[in-house]
Amino acid sequence: MERPLTKNIHPDRPPLNLKEYEMTGGYAAVRKVCGGMSPAALQKLVQDSNLKGRGGAGFNTGIKWSLIPMGDQAPHPKYLIANADEMEPGTFKDRLLLEGNPHQLIEGMILAAYAIQAEISYVFLRWAYHKAADLLRKSIQEAYDAGYLGRDILGSGFHLDMYLHTGVGRYICGEETALLNALEGKRAMPRAKPPFPQISGLFGKPTIVNNVETLCCVPHIVNNGADWFKGLSYSEDGGTKLYGVSGKVKRPGTWELPMGVTMRELIEEHAGGMKNGFGLKGVLPGGASTDFLTTQHLDIKMDYKSVTAAGSRLGTGTMIVMDNGTCPVGFVHNLQHFFAQESCGWCTPCREGLPWVEKILLSLEKGEGTPEDIELLKMHTQLLGPGNTFCALAPGAMEPLQSALKYFHEDFEKHIEYKKCPYD
Amino acid sequence: MPTIYIDNKPFDVKAGKNLLEACLSLGIDLPYFCWHPAMGSVGACRQCAIKVFKDKEDTRGRLVMSCMEGVKDGMLISVNDETAKTFRSQVVAWLMTNHPHDCPVCDEGGCCHLQDMTVMTGHNYRHYHFNKRTYLNQYLGPLVNHEMNRCIQCYRCVRFYHDYAGGKDLNVFAAHNHVYFGREKDGILESPFSGNLVEVCPTGVFTDKTLKEHYTRKWDLTNGPSVCQHCSLGCNTIAGERYGQLRTIVNRYNHEVNGYFLCDKGRFGYEFVNSENRITQPLIRNQPIEAVGHDTVLQYMRTLVTGNALIGIGSPRASLESNYALMELVGKENFYQGIPDDLVYVEQKIVDILQSGCIHTPSLNEIQQADAVLVLGEDIWNTAPVMALAVRQSVMKTAATHTTEQLPIPTWHDAAIKELVQEDKGFLANVTLLPSPLDEISAVTTKAAPDDIARLGFAIAHLLNPSLPEVPHAEEELLASAATISKALQAAKHPVIITGTSCWNNALIRAAFDIAAALDMNEKKAGLAFVMQDSNSMGLAMTRASSFDRAVADIQNTTNNVTAIILENDLYRCIPAARADAFFSRCKHIVVLDALHNRTTEKAHVLIPAATFAEADGTFVNNEARAQRSSQVFMPANGEIRESFKWLYDIKAMLNTAANGHEKHPEDLLVALETRFPQFAGVSRVAPRHDFRIHGARIPREPHRYSGRTAMLANLTVSEPKPLQDDDSSLSYTMEGYRGLPPSPLIPFFWAPGWNSGQSVTRYQEEAGGALKGGDPGIRLFEQTTAPPVFTKDIPDAFKSRAGKWMLLPQYHIFGSGELSVYTKGIASQSPAPYVSLSRRDAEQAQLKNGDTVSVKTDGKTYAFPLAINESLPDGIMLVPAGLTGMEALTWGAWVHLSTVIV
Repeated sequence: MERPLTKNIHPDRPPLNLKEYEMTGGYAAVRKVCGGMSPAALQKLVQDSNLKGRGGAGFNTGIKWSLIPMGDQAPHPKYLIANADEMEPGTFKDRLLLEGNPHQLIEGMILAAYAIQAEISYVFLRWAYHKAADLLRKSIQEAYDAGYLGRDILGSGFHLDMYLHTGVGRYICGEETALLNALEGKRAMPRAKPPFPQISGLFGKPTIVNNVETLCCVPHIVNNGADWFKGLSYSEDGGTKLYGVSGKVKRPGTWELPMGVTMRELIEEHAGGMKNGFGLKGVLPGGASTDFLTTQHLDIKMDYKSVTAAGSRLGTGTMIVMDNGTCPVGFVHNLQHFFAQESCGWCTPCREGLPWVEKILLSLEKGEGTPEDIELLKMHTQLLGPGNTFCALAPGAMEPLQSALKYFHEDFEKHIEYKKCPYD
Repeated sequence: MPTIYIDNKPFDVKAGKNLLEACLSLGIDLPYFCWHPAMGSVGACRQCAIKVFKDKEDTRGRLVMSCMEGVKDGMLISVNDETAKTFRSQVVAWLMTNHPHDCPVCDEGGCCHLQDMTVMTGHNYRHYHFNKRTYLNQYLGPLVNHEMNRCIQCYRCVRFYHDYAGGKDLNVFAAHNHVYFGREKDGILESPFSGNLVEVCPTGVFTDKTLKEHYTRKWDLTNGPSVCQHCSLGCNTIAGERYGQLRTIVNRYNHEVNGYFLCDKGRFGYEFVNSENRITQPLIRNQPIEAVGHDTVLQYMRTLVTGNALIGIGSPRASLESNYALMELVGKENFYQGIPDDLVYVEQKIVDILQSGCIHTPSLNEIQQADAVLVLGEDIWNTAPVMALAVRQSVMKTAATHTTEQLPIPTWHDAAIKELVQEDKGFLANVTLLPSPLDEISAVTTKAAPDDIARLGFAIAHLLNPSLPEVPHAEEELLASAATISKALQAAKHPVIITGTSCWNNALIRAAFDIAAALDMNEKKAGLAFVMQDSNSMGLAMTRASSFDRAVADIQNTTNNVTAIILENDLYRCIPAARADAFFSRCKHIVVLDALHNRTTEKAHVLIPAATFAEADGTFVNNEARAQRSSQVFMPANGEIRESFKWLYDIKAMLNTAANGHEKHPEDLLVALETRFPQFAGVSRVAPRHDFRIHGARIPREPHRYSGRTAMLANLTVSEPKPLQDDDSSLSYTMEGYRGLPPSPLIPFFWAPGWNSGQSVTRYQEEAGGALKGGDPGIRLFEQTTAPPVFTKDIPDAFKSRAGKWMLLPQYHIFGSGELSVYTKGIASQSPAPYVSLSRRDAEQAQLKNGDTVSVKTDGKTYAFPLAINESLPDGIMLVPAGLTGMEALTWGAWVHLSTVIV
C-alpha cells in the first residue's frame, strides 16, 4: 500500500530539509514541469487524476484551476493560496503534512502556481501552528536559496514569490473568501459568490485557494501520472486520503489510506476500536460540520460519493467518534457554542440563529427545555440551510444538529421528560 | 425591456436592475434592510428573500436574496411563496431576539424601518425566551445619539459613513452576535455627513440629538418642503414643526440635487428658527415704547419713505420674492446687492458665463456621474459639503466603471465591485489653497495661492486648446501638473470643473471656464460647476444689481435724506465694519427687516420682524441656477412675524393707492420678476400656483395620524380652533386633504401605506433610486445654447510674497462659518475660535510661534488673533477664518501688515 504523502514523515525524526527532500525525489516534479510542461497540460493532468479538494468540498482540483483566466489578456498578478487554516474541530490532518514535510507543500504550491501562472503565493496558516510556521519559514527560505522560488525558476521564465501569513484564530478564515478578506487586512467575512475567486480573488485578481493536502498530492501526480494516482484509490475519487479518528477510541490518530476505506476499517483496525467500556453511538465523519452517521453506516466507504449517499459528507475525512457515555445534546451544544462564536456576524440567520440554538441546547442540558424547543431547533435546521445564509458556516453547523435530532431523538426527549441530562 | 413573472403575473422591468429594485419599483412590498439605493447590495441581512423557479415545471424553486440577483428576461419568481414568507418573517424574528422592543421610548418609533418591516413580514409572536445581549453606548458628539442595543447589524451605517462618505472614525468591531458599530472610543463623529446615519440606520441606533431636545413623533409634525439655507447648493429638506417650534430637518429626496443625503450643517443648523434672539415685534427706536404693532410701523414707514431718497439693500440669503419686492419698492436703480464690490464682480462673471449658455453647469447628480473632476481653488468640503460628497461618488463610480467594463458585474453589486476596485480611484484633481479631506482620493493635490491656481488652470486650458494663450513664465512644476490634469480631462467623456467664489478671485472663474470650454470644443460634454456663498447668491447675482460699495458711493452723491431698507442681511458679516459704518452714518433712516438680532439690526431705526425660511414661502436659486421653492412649514403664532416680501408689499401698497393687492401671492411676484427680468424666465413655474388643487383638495402638511389637535390647545379653549388658512400655497394646515402623490415640489413628507419611515421615498420615485415621479423639483434658469465661448486673454502673474505684507484670504469652516447654523449649540461648539494662519517659514521669519497673539492691520482697524502656523499654507498668505460669529468682515485679497502683541 503506497503512502505517497506521508511516506517521508516519521514521528521520531525531524522533517526533511531541502537536501534530504531532494534525495527522496523532492522537487523532481518542479524540474519536470519547468523543463517544458505547459500550464494547460499540468491542469489537464490534475483534472485527469480526479484529485478532489481535500478541504471538504470535494471539487475536482483540475477543473477549479481551469476556471482561472489564462493567456496574455489575463489580469495579473494572479495568486495561489494554500489554505492551512485548519480549524475544523476534530481535524488535524494538515498539521501532520505541515509539520512532517513542509517542502512537499511548497513543491505542490509551486506546481499549482505554475498551472495557473500565478506569480504570488501565500500560505495562510492557523495561528496556533507555531511549529509549522517555523518550519515553513525555514523551508521557504531554503526553496528561495535553491532557486525553486523567486525569479525565473530553474530557467523556465516562471516567477513565483511565496509568503507565510499566520491568522489570528478565526474559524471563518477557513472559508476561502473570508480568508481572502483576512489576507487583504479586512474583516474576515466571506464574500458573495459570484464572482468567484478565480475571477475576482485576492486584491480583486484571479486567485486559487487550495487545501494543504490537495496541494501535497500534486507533486506525486506529476511524478507518477494520473492513472497511478487513480489507482491508489479504492473508489472513483483519486488518490490516498489522510483519515483521522478522535474520540474514545483506543488509538486516536491520522493515517494515509486509500481513498474509500470503510468507516469500520478505520475505527476498528486503525484506531483499534472503542476504548473498553465504551460503545459507539455516532460518528461525525468529516469534522464538526458534517452530519452524524451511526453504527448502521459502519460499512460505507469513506469517499465523497458514498458518505454523501449515507446522508453526511466526507468533509475533511477526519472523524469524531461519539461514544455511548457522552450526551448527544451536550455534544451538539458544545459544537453549537463553537459555531455561534465563530460566526462572523455578517448575515442575520447565522449571527442571530446560532446563539439561539446554542441557548436552547444549553437549556435542554440544564433540564429547562420544553417540547417547543425541539420544534425551534428543527425550524433552525431548515431555515439555516444552504443558500439562506451568506456562506456555508451556518448550514455546516446545522448538519450535526439535524442528524442528532434524527438519530438521537430519544435523548432530546429524555432531557425534557426528566428535566435533567440523563447522562449526568 | 425584460419581462419577469412575479407570482405568475408578467411585468416589464428595467434591465440591469436587481430583483429587489424591480419589485420595489413595481410597488410590491418586499422588506429589506442592508440594501440602499445609493449604496447598492451586499446580501447581509437576508430579509429580501424570494423564490426563483427554473421553469414552469419547477415547483420547489430556490430561495434567493432578491437584492443579489439581477433581472433576466422570462424569469419566474415568487414573492408570496410560503417558504419565502416564512423565511422573511423568521429573519425579523431573529433580529428581534436582541432588539429591545423599546419603541415607545425610541426616537425612531413611528418612522422606523424596522417597525415597518416587522409588520410587513407578519412576525408578531416571540418564541425567544432568553436574555438579550446588551451593549454600552458611546458619546458621539452633540448631534448624533447612539443606542447600540437597538442595532440589527445591517451594516448600513458603516457602509455609508466609511465607504460612501469616507469617514474614518466609525467602524464595525468584534464578531458574531457581538458585532458593534461605533468609534474606537467615545468622541465626536468627525465626518460632516454623520447626520445621515440618522436616516441610513433602519432603526433607532443613531438618532438626531437636536430633535431629542424637543422631541416629536413624525406623525405629530407639521411638515413642509424646504430648501436648505446654509450654502448655495440648495439641498432639498423637509422641515417639521410642532407647537410653534421647528423640531427637525430631514432629507427631501431630489434625484438631481442632494439625492438621499445632507450635510450636518444643513440637517442640524435649524435652531436659529427657535432662537431667543428672534426679532418678534416691529420696533421704532428712540421713542419711549419701541415695540409697536403692524399698523403703527406701516404708518411710520410712510413718513420715512415719502420725500426721502429710498435705497434698498438686498440679500443673498433672502428669497427671490423678498429681494424682488424690495426692488419694486425702492425702484430697480436704487436696489443694491448687499455684498461687496469684489464679490459682485466675481459673481457677475459667473452669471455672464451661465447666461451665455455656451457651457453646461451640472447638477450634483451629474457631478456624481462625472468621470474626471477638477476642483479649481474652491474648498468644497467646507463651502459646499454635499458637492464634496458627490465628487467622492464620482471618483468611486469611475473606478467601478473601469472594472465593470472588464468584468460583467452589475453596478448594484456593491460587495463584488468593492472587491474588484480595491484601491483604484477615478480621476480627481483637488487644486486648492489648503489640504482637504478630498485629497486622499485625489490623483493630483496641488496646493497653491489662488492666482497660481488660476495660472495652472490657464496652463491646462492651453494644453487642451493650443490657440489659447500660454502661461507666461510658467514653472516646471505647474506645467507638469497641467499636463497630468489635461490628459485625464481629455481622456474623460464627462469631465467636470468646479470652482467658486470663496477665493474671491476672478481669474479662477475665467480659468475654469476656459478649461471647460476648451474641453467642449474637443467634443467632450464638460460641465462647469460654480460654488457660491449663500442660499440665494445666484438669484441675487442674476438681478445684476449693483454692489453695496456702489450704494455707498451713490449716497455720497445725493443731497437728499436717505432712507435705507436693508433686507435680511447682517452687513457687518460681509462688509468691513468701517465701510458699513460709513454707510449707516450717511443714512438718515435705517429700516431693517430680519429674523434675528445682529449688529446691523442694532443700527436700525425701524426694525421689522421677518419670517425665517420655515415660516415663509420663498424661491431660492442654487449654484446651478436651479430655482427651487421652499414652502412655509408653520405660521408663527406671533402674527407680527411675516415674510419680508409681505411687509415690503404692504409698505408699497400703502404708498401707492393704485396697487390693488393682486401681487399678494409669491407666484405673482415671480411672474412680475420674470416679466421684468427675462433671465428669470420660467421661475414662476417653480411650484404649482397657490390655488392648485387635486380633486378639489389641498395637500395636507400634517400626516393622517397627527394627534392631539382637539386637545393641544385645550388649556386655552375647549373647542378645536379653525385650521390656519394658507392663502399662498396649496398646502394646508390640516390632516385632511389629498392623500395621493403630490406634485414633486410640494411633497411635505414621505409616507406610504406600510412605509412610515423615510424609506417610503421609493413610492415617490419613477424607479427605486431614480427621479421623483413627475420630475425632480426645480426649474433650471439657464440652459445650454450653442453660443461660441469667449476666452480669456489676461493671465495673472505668479503669486509673489511681499516683504512685511501678507495677502489676506478667508478659510471657511463647515461648522462656524455662517450666520445662522451656529445657533445650534452642537454646531457652535464645534466652531473654531478665531485665529490667524501663516506658513511655517513666514512665522519663523517674523519670529512668531504657535499661540502668539498677532495683530493684523486691515480696513483701517487692527485685529488681534492667536497664531496657528499652517504647514501647508503657501508663503506670503495670511489666512483668517471667515464668517465666525463675532468676527468682522475683512477685505479678502487685500495686502495686510501684522505685528506681534506682547501679552
